[in-house]
Amino acid sequence: MNAPIAPPRKLRVATASLAGCFGCHMSILDIDERILKLLDLIEFDRSPLTDIKHCGPCDLGIIEGGLCNAENVHVLREFRKNCKILLALGACAINGGLPAQRNHLDLRDVLEEVYQTEYLVTHGGIPNDPELPLPLNKVHPLHEVVKVDYFLPGCPPPADAIWKLLTDLLAGRTPNLGHGLLHYD
Amino acid sequence: MSETDLIDAVLDRHRRDGTRLMQILREIQEQLGWLSPATLTAIAGAIAWPRAKVEGTADFYSFFYTRPMGRFRVLWSDNITDRMLGSSDLMSAMCKKLWLEPGRVSEDGLVSVDTTSCTGMCDQGPALLVNSRAVTRMTQARVGEMVSLIRSETPVAEWPAEWFAIEDNIRRKDILLDHGLVPGQALAAALERGPQGMLAEIKSARLRGRGGAGFSTGQKWEACRSAAGHGADPARYVVCNADEGEPGTFKDRVLLNSYSSLVFEGMSIAGLVVGAKKGLLYLRGEYRYLLEPLQAALEARRRANLLGSNILGTAFEFDIEIHLGAGAYICGEESALIESLEGKPGRPRIRPPFPVTRGYLDQPTTVNNVETLAAACLIATHGSDWYAAHGTEKSTGSKILSVSGDCERPGIYEYPYGTTVRQVLEDCGASDYQAVQISGPSGICLAEAEFDRRIAFEDIPTAGAFMVFDETRDMFEVARNFAHFFAHESCGFCTPCRVGTTLVRNLMDKIARKHGSPYDIDELFKLHRLLQGASHCGLGNSACNPVFDTLNKFRPAYEHRLMSLNYEPAFDLDAALSQARQMTGRDDAGAHFPDEAEA
Amino acid sequence: MNATTTFHLDGEEIPFTPGQTIMQAAVAAGTYIPHLCWHPDFQVNGSCKLCTVKVNGRFGSSCTMEAQVGMEVENRTAEIDDKRRTLLQMLFVEGNHFCPSCEKSGDCSLQATAYELKMMSPHFDMFYPDRPVDASHPDVLLDFNRCIMCGLCVAASRDVDGKNVFYMGGRGLLGRRVHISSESGRLADTGFAVTDRAASICPVGVILPKRRGFAVPIGQRKYDLAPISEQVKVKTP
Repeated sequence: MNAPIAPPRKLRVATASLAGCFGCHMSILDIDERILKLLDLIEFDRSPLTDIKHCGPCDLGIIEGGLCNAENVHVLREFRKNCKILLALGACAINGGLPAQRNHLDLRDVLEEVYQTEYLVTHGGIPNDPELPLPLNKVHPLHEVVKVDYFLPGCPPPADAIWKLLTDLLAGRTPNLGHGLLHYD
Repeated sequence: MSETDLIDAVLDRHRRDGTRLMQILREIQEQLGWLSPATLTAIAGAIAWPRAKVEGTADFYSFFYTRPMGRFRVLWSDNITDRMLGSSDLMSAMCKKLWLEPGRVSEDGLVSVDTTSCTGMCDQGPALLVNSRAVTRMTQARVGEMVSLIRSETPVAEWPAEWFAIEDNIRRKDILLDHGLVPGQALAAALERGPQGMLAEIKSARLRGRGGAGFSTGQKWEACRSAAGHGADPARYVVCNADEGEPGTFKDRVLLNSYSSLVFEGMSIAGLVVGAKKGLLYLRGEYRYLLEPLQAALEARRRANLLGSNILGTAFEFDIEIHLGAGAYICGEESALIESLEGKPGRPRIRPPFPVTRGYLDQPTTVNNVETLAAACLIATHGSDWYAAHGTEKSTGSKILSVSGDCERPGIYEYPYGTTVRQVLEDCGASDYQAVQISGPSGICLAEAEFDRRIAFEDIPTAGAFMVFDETRDMFEVARNFAHFFAHESCGFCTPCRVGTTLVRNLMDKIARKHGSPYDIDELFKLHRLLQGASHCGLGNSACNPVFDTLNKFRPAYEHRLMSLNYEPAFDLDAALSQARQMTGRDDAGAHFPDEAEA
Repeated sequence: MNATTTFHLDGEEIPFTPGQTIMQAAVAAGTYIPHLCWHPDFQVNGSCKLCTVKVNGRFGSSCTMEAQVGMEVENRTAEIDDKRRTLLQMLFVEGNHFCPSCEKSGDCSLQATAYELKMMSPHFDMFYPDRPVDASHPDVLLDFNRCIMCGLCVAASRDVDGKNVFYMGGRGLLGRRVHISSESGRLADTGFAVTDRAASICPVGVILPKRRGFAVPIGQRKYDLAPISEQVKVKTP
């Protein structure tokens, strides 16, 4: 007699937006009613959707945005420590994206221009409150700090691509995106 | 003389011929100090080349300056053998005394100090070039004196002559270095044999190229001889490759210093065989000091009726011209060398067509190593049977090795092919050795277990470099030095080599900073596999050899340095907050990353 | 078809005329070999190495190797596509390729080739080089952040326009660049015109006409319509 197959455990998924614009998270929501199907398969851990503040042990971590400050690095490392699979979602997570456009400028010049030279915001000088995370000299993509298992490019990645990738991952298939689903813009 | 007159004079001397651009740029720069935008415009106009093309050449070579340089330009040879003799500390001391950052020109425009690829003085380092003159055996004392001379703006011509003394250091002679021939003897014998007969001798002597690849010289000459010239002005050319850029190699310097007659005679014999009237010797820029003596030697040969027309009373006509390179390792590749001879950046051509059918000025050209041409004289004089009796069946004759590194007697050693590595190590007085790098960074790194292998095309082919490393040396640092070399010398033409050599260099630097992980070692292997198959020329194909060899034979040297077994960031996280700390004045715990091991 | 003048490309029989390269014969047969610097209208350059194939077990560039009777050429194998993907990743980290803000997105050969080879990330550490933008010309913008050193602008300006506005010079990763033929180094000081062939040859987003951008809606751009492998280039008549 065949052993009874236990009903599959719901996979635990965490998401976060680092140096991004939340556009990739919006695109996740753009899977529309399919999110109900998804919720049959997964449950959310830390995510802007749940407001849980720290990531616990998870099957999948999804990160939008690159690394522009110390806090981004801390969150990313917390995800890597807790998630069996880590997915870099969207252009900024993958190559720094728009925030990385500052990389050809010296950070000191940027801070000076914004907080000291520019007359509209002169008052107060460069913020130095210990509560604030310090910006990194350069913006970096995720894979320069932790090992990333999967990448889904796009600005944002289309909802159909997110759906395809997630259903592939949940089903244990290596993700494979056809023409139209893989794009960098 | 005004700048314009001076530029005009150089241009006129070179008949405003664009293919002579390398020589035009060098001669103008020697007088003006650098190549200004206006100078490049003037040259482009005179030779009727697009300005961007002239700038493209000027921008390619390390020894051409398109920005103003110091009146004293010091370039420390940065081969691993110079480093082992203490060059890094000496250069730092020099920079400190001069209040100078490496690579920057002092604000008063007096001096710049930087590194350059191996200058071929490995047996008498640490070496440097000052205003293109080679200085050997640098010491702390010499650094001090040199700084004083620079500060007092004493012209280099008035510096102590012994600083510029360059020794041959010949330690072992065999058939070539002990040739016993008088000028003209080999050429007369060749003329006696005639072009066909001479070619047959070269072929039956089974002479193979001494540049390392070992292509049959007879086949090359025959292919060139039977190729038809092209266009309105058909011709054939002999090119002597004296762009001895492989780090650790310096045998051509010695041959050109003390055996130039043999080299020129070998070129003439090649000219006779292939049917060329002109030979070109491409001399690396680092050997600039040899230019005048070599020109005098050519003049003497002309006077002796060994060059020119009616050579030795026959109808044979042949002359030789010297072209100077300007600091680009890639020009040792024969088609890149030809590009350079034509005034262009040294970019290896697409092959086929090979130079023997379409080479210099699109005409059939044979490019041969200095040592190969010298060896041809022995075959002309003594015949192929005599020659082939030396060496092994597949590697006839002898090979000159340039021995340097950890040994008592560095210098030039000539051996019959088939000599074991161990024999060379014994003869040069090496002890406590752990490794030998043969044929330079693009060659092979041997560990003790392989020292009974033989110097021969069928076992270890070599261009001649033989660098010895004793047990105190860190083979990871050796490989890292070579990785920097390739990243600096990649011509940038093809994607795998242009980007790959820099990726390899960066990974090696990451491991050196103790931020590496096994992931980085896997990346190195992956890059090796890509560069080896996909690169445009030999530089890219062999650029990962030193890393690959040392990873296989000295892997613990890498593993000692790894940060952890986990994936490690590409950059130093804490250092990445340095600018923000500086601007905010913060130094609290949140302004730092905790030690990665605890994170 | 003469049966003696064919070779095999991934098992498919490809006819050729003597002197044709593997690439030329493949394109004539409508078969795609990934490439960036090769263009049917211009002299072969051979620098990008995307068209690397395996011929009788050895790697070579299909744009430079002449076709020979009976050759066995491997093209779209996992091994070779893997190498090509790595080469693409090298090009992506070497420059600054931010597709969302590039007018060429959707019409870009680099991007389309990366889609074809399913490049999901640049993999290597980014170089983020600091390269110049030249906006001096009234009608054309140059953004060298996106240059992949293919040399097509050099060839077009030299061979079609007869102007030699561009030249590929310099050495190595940091030095190699397109030189502009004027003492100032500015495009405005050359005879370049927006109607030049060189103005429309760039496979990426370096040479762009001014006052025109994002004209075609997403979904209707060249490579939105069909993958690059289904749009094999043919020689301009």
